[in-house]
Amino acid sequence: MRDAFCRLMVEAARRPEFVFLTGDLGFMALEPLRDALGPRFINAGVAEQNMVSVAAGLARSGLRPWVYSIAPFVYARPFEQVRNDVCLHHLPVVLVGNGGGYGYGVMGATHHALEDYGTLLGLPGLRAFVPAFDEDLAPLFGRLFEADHPSYVRLGLSEKPAGAEVPPFGPWRRLLDGPGWVILAAGPLAGGIWDAARTLDDAHRPALWLLGELPLDELPPAFLADLDRSRRLLVVEEHVGHGGVAEMVAATLLKGGRAPARFEARTALGYPSGRYGSQRFHRRESGLDPASIVAFLRSEDVP
Amino acid sequence: MPEPPSEPWADRQRRARLRLLRMHYESRVGHIGGNLSCLDLLLVLHQEVMGPDDRFVLSKGHAAGALYVTLWSLGRLSDEELATFHKDGTRLSGHPGAGAIEDVLFATGSLGHGLGLASGLALAKRLKGEPGRVYCVTSDGEWDEGSCWETLIFARHHRLDNLTFLVDLNGLQGFGTTREVADLGPIADKFRAFSVPTVEVDGHSREEILGALRPNDEAGPHAIVARTRKGGGVSFMEGRMEWHYLALSEEQYLRAVGEVERA
Ligand SMILES: [Mg+2]
Repeated sequence: MRDAFCRLMVEAARRPEFVFLTGDLGFMALEPLRDALGPRFINAGVAEQNMVSVAAGLARSGLRPWVYSIAPFVYARPFEQVRNDVCLHHLPVVLVGNGGGYGYGVMGATHHALEDYGTLLGLPGLRAFVPAFDEDLAPLFGRLFEADHPSYVRLGLSEKPAGAEVPPFGPWRRLLDGPGWVILAAGPLAGGIWDAARTLDDAHRPALWLLGELPLDELPPAFLADLDRSRRLLVVEEHVGHGGVAEMVAATLLKGGRAPARFEARTALGYPSGRYGSQRFHRRESGLDPASIVAFLRSEDVP
Repeated sequence: MPEPPSEPWADRQRRARLRLLRMHYESRVGHIGGNLSCLDLLLVLHQEVMGPDDRFVLSKGHAAGALYVTLWSLGRLSDEELATFHKDGTRLSGHPGAGAIEDVLFATGSLGHGLGLASGLALAKRLKGEPGRVYCVTSDGEWDEGSCWETLIFARHHRLDNLTFLVDLNGLQGFGTTREVADLGPIADKFRAFSVPTVEVDGHSREEILGALRPNDEAGPHAIVARTRKGGGVSFMEGRMEWHYLALSEEQYLRAVGEVERA
């Protein structure tokens, strides 16, 4: 997703109000953006608290700052600056965290972002976006430049299945139709699940939904219709359970009196073995990988 | 530059001190010491230096009272409004709130944020080619915060010539003197070590404050280290820790008023 991101940022450089701040990240990637933006490209150094406060000052002056770093250095390190300086004032700062979930793989736990949107969504007015495919970025970014609220974008690797047709970006998308479980997935891991699930036999094939924007507003009628039919919901997210999509959607369903008969949540479990590895390795350890999901679906009796 | 005030400084200073004491007394609010220490800085800045293109950030948000009284002295807040200070339903919270009053650009109170915010405003002015300066008042204890130093590096690296920050050097912080808690030594030397042009003044002398705020050609940002007295203007409060927190009793209030009136 990073190449698409860089390309779109360069395109956005024609917007005079656009300012890009990076926490010393972007070597061999963001040079074209630096050249395109000139003084509006700011390497704020390894100082993320200041970077976010400066962004708030820029936004308060009518500019459109985007703040970029590895995800934890965007939401965790400067959390209070995001809270007080940006969110209390409803400023349209866009925080871009690269490497959502276990995206930085074997680089280690300090570079993972397992509680980003759960942490940030407690803040007033902030909306979190979890694009799943490269194609998602253009429509999302167009919207973010017009937004009147703080935003967080969790970037990852596009995992689009070969030959798949991606529906246009939106908060809710149905990627796959099926009579089995309803799966609600957030972010790029949906791509792998989509690829694995589309070959399942008719009876086990799930209806796969992809969530791209948080917090949840209303649950779409088509999703509820799928759920009414299936009565079984599996939420999959590369995020800890606390504050995650599973908790959010469960609360929303309960409030609406629509609790499904079965509810399962696959969430990031941290580092259960104490060992480190690729993003795939960590997903596998948490049961978030396509093989685990498909094995679960197959193990379920067809009602 | 605003219109020069017709009222002599001593009268303006006295009026503001009395109004600050009254507001804190009537609302039974502490933090008076750190408000009195920076009141003169805020008055000189707002009454005699800042024009319509200039912006202000109060990084030491616990001096909200001094800011509200300064805005009152400019006719931007009414007596009725000051009477609501700290009370239910007020726009004037103990630390400046977000979006509460037009003259306050940012909610502050958590230390170590204001200078970064001010740097963002200053950088925006530069990028947009807008005139005016940005002023920021920090406390001295606030420089314990690492984020202040992040911003100092940033503001100097980007040569934010249109940024001036003032340090209210009253020598006291939350639970002791700055020397006891986390001794930074002479803070002006620290700023100079970052190549930030720094002037030291008596923070209760209008002439010295004005002199330091006069525009100069040195590359920015500009630092002013203002030696002040916590509780400045009220002898029994000066330099005393308890006035970081305590509200005034009636007897103390009357004594303080008498002293300021006689001064
Ligand atoms: Mg102090």
